[in-house]
Amino acid sequence: MNVLEFTFLVWAGSLLAGFLGALTGLGGGVVLVPLLTIFFHVDLRYAIGASLVSVIATSSGAAAAYVKEGFSNIRIGMFLEIATTLGALLGAYLTAKLPANAIAIIFGIVLLYSAFVSRRPRQRSAVEKPPDPLATKLKLNGSFPDAGGIRHYNVYHVPAGFGVMSAAGILSGLLGIGSGALKVVGMDQAMKIPFKVSTTTSNFMIGVTAAASAGIYLSRGYIDPSLAMPVMIGVLIGSLMGTRILVKTHTTHLRLVFSGVIVLLGLEMMIKGARGGF
Amino acid sequence: MLRKHLTDERVEVLIANLLRGGVLTAALVVIAGAILYLGAHPRAHVSYRTFHSEPQQLKSVTGVIGEAFTGNARGIIQLGLLLLIATPIARVAFSVVAFAIEEDKMYIVFTLIVLGVLLYSLFGSSTIT
Repeated sequence: MNVLEFTFLVWAGSLLAGFLGALTGLGGGVVLVPLLTIFFHVDLRYAIGASLVSVIATSSGAAAAYVKEGFSNIRIGMFLEIATTLGALLGAYLTAKLPANAIAIIFGIVLLYSAFVSRRPRQRSAVEKPPDPLATKLKLNGSFPDAGGIRHYNVYHVPAGFGVMSAAGILSGLLGIGSGALKVVGMDQAMKIPFKVSTTTSNFMIGVTAAASAGIYLSRGYIDPSLAMPVMIGVLIGSLMGTRILVKTHTTHLRLVFSGVIVLLGLEMMIKGARGGF
Repeated sequence: MLRKHLTDERVEVLIANLLRGGVLTAALVVIAGAILYLGAHPRAHVSYRTFHSEPQQLKSVTGVIGEAFTGNARGIIQLGLLLLIATPIARVAFSVVAFAIEEDKMYIVFTLIVLGVLLYSLFGSSTIT
């Protein structure tokens, strides 16, 4: 392939990934690395570098839209970013130490997991518990605009949430993904933060987490401008389109199909990794 | 409490504009570099099958800035990507100021820790391999 053909095809593929990722809420970043490595035969390290850059673009673009709605909690975000950024440093450090095939297998597992998490129904306990002393001390409890006015919420299990966020940061730095699914699990399931607040705050945190490993990727030469360029522009435009259309459409079937694609890509990454194909 | 809520809201609007502006600027610089790059050698063969790392001048902040200002197409794209990486870092730096205005000492410290990690990654990590 020559430069023009390659750039156009990668751009189109990234656009589709970003579009479906935003439309289904599963995130586009997670399918980019398999797309680049399996279909475009890109080396895993270049693919991870390009993917991470696009994650920063979509997160910052989307966060700009969410922040104004008043759902995201800046204090929760900033406190947990201590965990995600330190994790991301460790993850980016591990990327150079682990063999590419091992990274591919871990990637496959994360793909399967994110498809599984998105299919699981959410449980929300309606019982009002007294505020958690640690969460109160850290000023994490907050409020957001709801149909019936301002709704207040309390945050629980801060150490567990912090732990899940560290893991999310490590995976983000290791695999060049946003690990939004795991971040939402940490906040929604572990810390009992309302779902809407969890998703928007998670989106807010993804860009900062990714920036923590981006510097290390840059100095290692994982970020190739000619490859990252079509990926970043494609994903950015695709996800902006996806977010626009999201409001008007029912995405249940599409989610199911896209989850299926993610499972297949996850299995392919694991099999190829196990055979030493990276 | 009311005053705090109002400041929070203003801060959020400013952060939203900062993020939007950063991503837009980065994308425009990347596109400018892309036009130069694609125009220069559209028919050249390209392969990313094996990892060669990047040339030294595209691996550090100062290197990329220098390369971009010589008009090198790949240098200009890399500068756009660098602006993109800088966007969330600028957001965190801005939050330090916002928490300072609110006189929230605990969160000034938390935010400075995050900012320190980000700056270390961008400027200090080239020494570790």
